[in-house]
Amino acid sequence: MDFSYSEEQTLLRNSVAKFLADHYDFESYKKISRSEAGWSRSVWKQFAELGLMAAPLPEEFGGLGGGAVDTMIIMEEFGRALVVEPFASTVVVGGGFLRHGGSAAQKEKWLSKIADGSTVMAFAFAEPEGRYNFADLTTTAKRNGSGYTLNGQKAVVLNAPHADVLIVSARTAGGRRDTKGVSVFLVDRNAKGVSTRDYPTIDGQRASEISFDNVDLPAEALLGTVDEGLGLIERVTDEAIAAHTAEAAGAMKVLLDTTVEYTKTRKQFGVPIGKFQVLQHRMVDMFIQAEQTTSMALMVTLKLDEGETERKKAASAAKVQLGKGGRFVGQQAVQLHGGMGMTDELNVGHYFKRLALLDTLYGNVDHHLKRYAALSD
Amino acid sequence: MDLSFSPEDEAFRREVHEFIANNYPERLKGKNRREFSEREDFLAWQKVLYKKGWVAPLWPKEYGGTGWSITQRYIFNEECARAETPQLLAFGLSMVGPVIYTFGNEAQKKRFLPGILSAEDWWCQGYSEPGSGSDLASLRTRAVREGDHYIVNGQKTWTTLAQYADWIFCLVRTDPNVKQQEGISFLLIDMKTPGITVKPIILMDGAHEVNEVFFDNVKVPAENLIGEENKGWTYAKFLLVNERSGIAGVARSKKQIERLKEIATSETVDGTPLIGTDEFARKIAELEIDLTALEFTELRTLAQEAKGKHAGPESSILKIKGTEVQQRITELTLEAVGYYAFPYARAFGDNEFPPGPDYAVGQSGTYFNMRKTSIYGGSNEIQRNIIAKAVLGL
Ligand SMILES: Cc1cc2nc3c(=O)[nH]c(=O)nc-3n(C[C@H](O)[C@H](O)[C@H](O)COP(=O)(O)OP(=O)(O)OC[C@H]3O[C@@H](n4cnc5c(N)ncnc54)[C@H](O)[C@@H]3O)c2cc1C
Repeated sequence: MDFSYSEEQTLLRNSVAKFLADHYDFESYKKISRSEAGWSRSVWKQFAELGLMAAPLPEEFGGLGGGAVDTMIIMEEFGRALVVEPFASTVVVGGGFLRHGGSAAQKEKWLSKIADGSTVMAFAFAEPEGRYNFADLTTTAKRNGSGYTLNGQKAVVLNAPHADVLIVSARTAGGRRDTKGVSVFLVDRNAKGVSTRDYPTIDGQRASEISFDNVDLPAEALLGTVDEGLGLIERVTDEAIAAHTAEAAGAMKVLLDTTVEYTKTRKQFGVPIGKFQVLQHRMVDMFIQAEQTTSMALMVTLKLDEGETERKKAASAAKVQLGKGGRFVGQQAVQLHGGMGMTDELNVGHYFKRLALLDTLYGNVDHHLKRYAALSD
Repeated sequence: MDLSFSPEDEAFRREVHEFIANNYPERLKGKNRREFSEREDFLAWQKVLYKKGWVAPLWPKEYGGTGWSITQRYIFNEECARAETPQLLAFGLSMVGPVIYTFGNEAQKKRFLPGILSAEDWWCQGYSEPGSGSDLASLRTRAVREGDHYIVNGQKTWTTLAQYADWIFCLVRTDPNVKQQEGISFLLIDMKTPGITVKPIILMDGAHEVNEVFFDNVKVPAENLIGEENKGWTYAKFLLVNERSGIAGVARSKKQIERLKEIATSETVDGTPLIGTDEFARKIAELEIDLTALEFTELRTLAQEAKGKHAGPESSILKIKGTEVQQRITELTLEAVGYYAFPYARAFGDNEFPPGPDYAVGQSGTYFNMRKTSIYGGSNEIQRNIIAKAVLGL
């Protein structure tokens, strides 16, 4: 067992942290997230120049041959800075689908474009009534000659307004919620029949409602094996959960540090409020949650390539910790800041909101407790 | 002891129910669960109640109260909550009004009480300052007597809806040379007085609900002083106790739980309603049980009050549990709506429909916003300190 980072990984963390400190402070975050576009293409380009998109991807397709640990490092730093650029949806999810499900030609075509920052992807899986079940699909892809015709609606697709390519789950066979009959497609966001309604999310990101109206897909749009997409989706989203757990850990640490700092300087009753033992214990509990989340991010990252059951349990466990820990740390950071914690001006509320969103993304605490318990039978 | 309602009570319930059904303002219909944004939205319902003489159930009859029994007040609150009428603004009716009729002089009662009842005057609360939140008694806004005026300098903050206010009731320091609590006075200030500036503070959900209020040589007639100079802390504490019990909001929470159940019935997990899943059903049950306990705690307190015993430090329980229940409701509602908690409702125009079911719109904002309830009105930590000290004798 060895939990130490390699020299490259330490360098990676330092360079991400330095870049964000120089170019992505809280004011920049606010400016970027409130801009018309809702993200910064120039920051995205600089991420690519720093090799962040390439870092976890395989060398043969333009990557740097790192892996999930590199992703974890990057995402934790991104969580600290509230980054809104579509790294997770493009590199972790898009990259994941291609690595695990892509044909040689698809990998060739797309992975290098992800690695050099020229393609942005978004994952369209949720539907207005599907909740957290990836197989609960009403979107359909019907065989049409050698290709498919896509019809249906996707809900709250994060980062879709920035994306060139949508990764879309659809039913190719079976009934609603059947585990078999789910397939995954790469869809050009500008294809005929794709319409989007874009909007900001509560935490400063962007999302879309998307409808597909007889969208023609060529045969090579299919990712992985037809009808067998569910396993692929679970694998990739488990990797995404690992990445977001690291992101949440980063956000929690900032909230903890900010709160500790604030309670040392804010005086009431003639003393810094950090002197009140009830607040000290509360901050210790925040610290514990942040540490436990960091541990879970590491745990799931290291288990992503284990057997399916192990991997799924690890991801669900991490997601439960993210949800519970994030809610506690977020709420208490606000509480301990008093009125200041409620404001838009301070960063506290912004981290709290990001953590609330991450709690729900890819399934909330209840969903993952159930998944974990079912796997433990 | 008896929990049932008498036939007279039932008749009263029908009367209230019918009155609401027949008189609820047109402009508020269908709007109640959305953000009230305009000044008139807040006032429309109060004006209706005022005309009927039902606007101040808590006030003594001689000053415009209703003379209702506890049971009648309870029924009235329930019916209002059921109909989701807007909450009346507390600042005039529950805060400064009782201070004025308890500690004010005859001229002040005549001058101010009618405007509070009729909603002609909008009041805001000028207690907190940047340096004085939990430690309210350390406040520094200064009032210096000059002839028949006070000259006020300083700053208040977190002043709720000051942007609409006609009047502000302020705690000001009139004597800096004595023990903190003994140099504070309670002053009523016309917001139109030269030297007052109001600056918005935006909250994390995007709402403009609170403000900073600056006082720069503001000239206030001495006749606007409540009670005695330097005795303001006594009046301030009297008001805080009222504020705290007012925050409990049992009837409103019941209605919100009903709403939550409706949402959890519409939302499905793999084809079954969310409310039918064990884990969610239990969470709602727990919430209802908490609320039931709170309801009976509140009724016990009210029964004591009816016997003439003014609510004391126990009112802190109502504040703590009331706000915890309210916050929990918004947490579970957020959970219930799933991904449709993500859209930022304020980004959509008045005539645009945000994506997702109607009941999901703005729920995340409400969840964020309601974090305030464990901070204001004396934070829940401070309430626990009060109970520890004043009730448990620790
Ligand atoms: C939305 C909103 C609306 C408001 N409206 C009004 C209004 O209309 N008028 C008005 O006058 N004020 C208003 N307030 C102000 C409110 O009353 C204060 O925010 C509150 O008293 C807390 O003060 P503070 O914000 O300065 O926090 P602080 O007093 O700085 O407290 C920060 C943290 O320290 C804790 N703490 C402080 N002292 C102790 C202690 N002794 N032991 C343990 N913990 C402690 C607090 O509980 C809190 O968690 C409003 C506040 C909000 C958020």
